[in-house]
Amino acid sequence: MTGFDWGVIVRALPFLWDGMTVSLMLTAAGIVGGIVFGTLLATMRLSPVRAVAALAALYVNTFRSLPLILILFWFYFLMPFAIGRPIGAFPSAITAFVMFEAAYFCEIIRAGIMSVPRGQALAAKATGMTPWQTMRLVILPQAFRAMTPVMLTQSIVMFQDTSLVYVITLRDFMTAASIVAGRDGRVIELYCFAAAVYFVLCFTASVAVRATRRRVAA
Amino acid sequence: MSAAAMIELDAVDKWYGQNHVLKSVDLRIARGEVVVVCGPSGSGKSTLIKCINALERCERGRIVIDGVSVGDPNTDLPKLRARIGMVFQHFELYPHMHVLDNISLAQRHVLKRPRAEAEARATALLARVGLADKARAYPSELSGGQQQRVAIARALAMDPIAMLFDEPTSALDPEMISEVLDVMTSLARDGMTMVVVTHEMGFARAVADRVVFMHEGEILEARPTADFFRAPQSERARVFLSKVLAH
Repeated sequence: MTGFDWGVIVRALPFLWDGMTVSLMLTAAGIVGGIVFGTLLATMRLSPVRAVAALAALYVNTFRSLPLILILFWFYFLMPFAIGRPIGAFPSAITAFVMFEAAYFCEIIRAGIMSVPRGQALAAKATGMTPWQTMRLVILPQAFRAMTPVMLTQSIVMFQDTSLVYVITLRDFMTAASIVAGRDGRVIELYCFAAAVYFVLCFTASVAVRATRRRVAA
Repeated sequence: MSAAAMIELDAVDKWYGQNHVLKSVDLRIARGEVVVVCGPSGSGKSTLIKCINALERCERGRIVIDGVSVGDPNTDLPKLRARIGMVFQHFELYPHMHVLDNISLAQRHVLKRPRAEAEARATALLARVGLADKARAYPSELSGGQQQRVAIARALAMDPIAMLFDEPTSALDPEMISEVLDVMTSLARDGMTMVVVTHEMGFARAVADRVVFMHEGEILEARPTADFFRAPQSERARVFLSKVLAH
């Protein structure tokens, strides 16, 4: 080996950026879809109707018992059978992420809802709010405030997990880096660069988490 | 008793599991009447008033508010609750919004009042409870007494036909009790129908038309205030009064 060639990274930047776009889009979709669907699941789990709560619990426990990589496979290979046509790697990855993350966000949001004192719901109901208004106007805003740090942490983990989509042929940032590494024979440079990028992004985000944690505590 | 009862409880029974917390409770409260409910803790006072606006459901008996039956499955409970103000021991202001929003929220979303109208009403009520300068304060920035006055304003903003108070001063430091009782007294003078669970016997004596004494889920006395204080009929009430009046 004749020393390192860091120029390979510069030349590969457009390719790597395309990978980063995939990683960021999957993360964004997972956060938005996961929170929306997860909130629905959380309210179902807290429903006084037992069948509704049991259904949501079954969903959450199932998805939390399976590895993400299996769910990615499942949607990529089995969904085409179920709906009768191929759906493509990217849509199937988004579906898998949203459904997987929803199970985790559900538990975070459920804990958030339960952390709001019961008297708040009574006070809202006493002014004539319906159960849905009580949830939307009084309980959820407080629950989300309390849960923001945990949700950000979950989002950082999700961002790192997007590297798993290589198993269904998608090219996220990590996969792009390893392709360049193999093609140009520059394994050390590319993997150091990838590690640096993940570290900077995730460390910055976790500093932001600490800042919001302080703000929430105050 | 006048025919136009605002609140009517008829042989109401309630259980928490095996625990019989309300035992065949009868009570008629007239329009404009102020009733203080007292009794030792665990006697069912709080449960009683929570049954009136159906925050708790009773298993047997009938509760009728201004002609509307609480137990009727066709009754729109949110709509009924919107007409009955309630004030809680621990205030239960919404910590994530400032005082003006606390008072406007249900006006806007339940009564569908436009924001400007709701805020005008909130501002007027804040002035009435002596907190005109606190509109933009958050609950955590207020003292307990101030929070409870905001909570009263929040209930009044719905233009209720009756007000329920569940130990409104029990969580307050002694020096803040009177500012809350003063607001309640002025409400009573204005003719509001009020049911007040409290140990404040001075307030009861000065303001209540009747005192209801409860013990172990039963109403042992429901008598005009002066009669109750002059000569309680039950031994239980005599013991209770001697204890609460001792300090």
